[in-house]
Amino acid sequence: MANVTLRNVRKTYTGGFEAIKGVNVDVADGQFCVLVGPSGCGKSTLLRMVAGLETVTGGEIDIGGRVVNQVEPADRDIAMVFQNYALYPHMSVYNNMAYGLRNRGMAEAEIKTRVEEAARVLELSAMLERKPRQLSGGQRQRVAMGRAIVRQPKVFLFDEPLSNLDAKLRISMRVEIRKLQRRLNVTSIYVTHDQLEAMTLADVLVVMNGGQVEQVGNPLAIYEKPATTFVASFIGAPPMNLMSTRTDDIKSQLDGSAGDAGIVGIRPEDFVITDQAPTGGVVLPLTVEAIERVGAETFVYGSREHEDQRVAATPGELPPGEVIVRIPGTEAPAIGARIRVAAIRKKLHLFSGDGRTRIEA
Amino acid sequence: MVEDEGIRRYVAHFILWIGIAIVAFPVYIAIVASTQDNALIANGQMSLLPGGHFFEVYYQTIFVGTSGSTREPVGNMMLNSLVMALAIAIGKIAISIISAYAIVYFRFPFRMSIFWIIFITLMLPVEVRIYPTYKIVADLHMLDSYAGLALPLIASATATLLFRQFFMTVPDELLEASRIDGAGPLRFFWDTLLPLSRTNMAALFVILFILGWNQYLWPLLITTRDDMQTIQVGIRKMITTTDALTEWPIVMATAVLAMLPPVFVVVAMQKLFVRGLVETEK
Repeated sequence: MANVTLRNVRKTYTGGFEAIKGVNVDVADGQFCVLVGPSGCGKSTLLRMVAGLETVTGGEIDIGGRVVNQVEPADRDIAMVFQNYALYPHMSVYNNMAYGLRNRGMAEAEIKTRVEEAARVLELSAMLERKPRQLSGGQRQRVAMGRAIVRQPKVFLFDEPLSNLDAKLRISMRVEIRKLQRRLNVTSIYVTHDQLEAMTLADVLVVMNGGQVEQVGNPLAIYEKPATTFVASFIGAPPMNLMSTRTDDIKSQLDGSAGDAGIVGIRPEDFVITDQAPTGGVVLPLTVEAIERVGAETFVYGSREHEDQRVAATPGELPPGEVIVRIPGTEAPAIGARIRVAAIRKKLHLFSGDGRTRIEA
Repeated sequence: MVEDEGIRRYVAHFILWIGIAIVAFPVYIAIVASTQDNALIANGQMSLLPGGHFFEVYYQTIFVGTSGSTREPVGNMMLNSLVMALAIAIGKIAISIISAYAIVYFRFPFRMSIFWIIFITLMLPVEVRIYPTYKIVADLHMLDSYAGLALPLIASATATLLFRQFFMTVPDELLEASRIDGAGPLRFFWDTLLPLSRTNMAALFVILFILGWNQYLWPLLITTRDDMQTIQVGIRKMITTTDALTEWPIVMATAVLAMLPPVFVVVAMQKLFVRGLVETEK
């Protein structure tokens, strides 16, 4: 049991590329911390630095009150689950789990107890003598988890452990991982690029972009009050609609209340199709371009009459002038129809013109 | 597969049998000749059916040798060849797997230069560097010894390259998982890399054993004593006799005996050999 603290952690590769530009994160004992961000944002690098697989070029990594910058991975009291599982192909499931314990000189009887306990929890008891190649993807994933569990480490590290599984299995394993972590109550750091996985797993969500932390906090708090336009569009699917406040139709509606905001963001689910303008909100006239029905809800893609100018670049960004509206059920306007959508003032997210600052009006 | 079409199938099989006969006939002749009486062969009246001298010819070949007084029994030559071939095969595998491990998994100064130097030695087979190699072996007083027979042939760029290519296909995560599991470089090598290289080592062993067994020029140069002679050199010496009749049954028996160990190695390791060539077990 331990908390993990990153103090101004930096990673500069020889050649000058700065992968991690000073990260401060505090994960309390027993918490589940998820690092999320687009590929290349440095989240995996950061995790590997905590594991000791990458050197730290600046700052401190503290596990359970001990600075571990110079400590070998084996001595950090961590266990890691890799994306491709990294099982030893020539060893049986039992030996895969026992290997790390044997290297530590643990008594064979104790190893047996631990491996069998882990196998029972993960429903692998019948497969202990099999080789990894005789297992399915989900079973291999569980062996990789088992290898981490038997160590009884202070910290679990997960590097996109579910991304090699099919969609259904991914959801069930996600729940399994969360339940297991709750039960064992071990501090965990989990890397993913899937915002849904991040939202559902995290106690603490760390949104990263370009080697920097964009926002840290409770997942729902981040969803409700994204600190930057990057976070706003990365967390939540489909992404938040981000529009410049400089165009005439929005400018006139926000007059005064927007302060010096340059960008206004509205989540697709916060729009309603209506003819009445709510007081203090925003109304947009749209031409329906496309409809996506997914059963419980329908996404309406509309284009605005006023060509928008591009706002601060973000992942999952919509083309300028396009707006997504999420409506419940399957009732939807026809393609080509002209509709008016409205969002009330409370649901507007205002950002500075560069997208780096949230403005509370 | 081709459809069963009566006559076409027989034609195909007939052609294949001709091919087999062409390849197998010399071997058959050697076996037959090794059971005949020498006088019969010398007269040119050799039968195409096995003769009745099988046991006496092979006994004489293995334990006595040709009648010439300085010749060695072939049993001893086979032992020499076996020691040399095993030493070359095992030595090459041991050295090259270790150097490939160093080149792939360690960051040390001049790593790439060393790799390229090893690579360049590919272009220097024994025949090219035979004079300096002979000089060194002679200066180290290793002429007429097993060490002299095997050592200079052990360093192998080909095997190093092969292991290097294989190691580079082993996922980095395995190394990282080992590090987290508390395995140091030696442990990782012994517990993970060696077992994974098993089929590669088997395939290499087959190739290298045959290569070592068939060495001719090098043993010819550095062995002068008859009791250090290898079988390949021995056969050649048996054929050239100055004033006596070549003892063909014994020569043929020696040739048959020389074939046996490579055949045995190939048959015994065939499964691993094929696996090592076609599949990387991951």
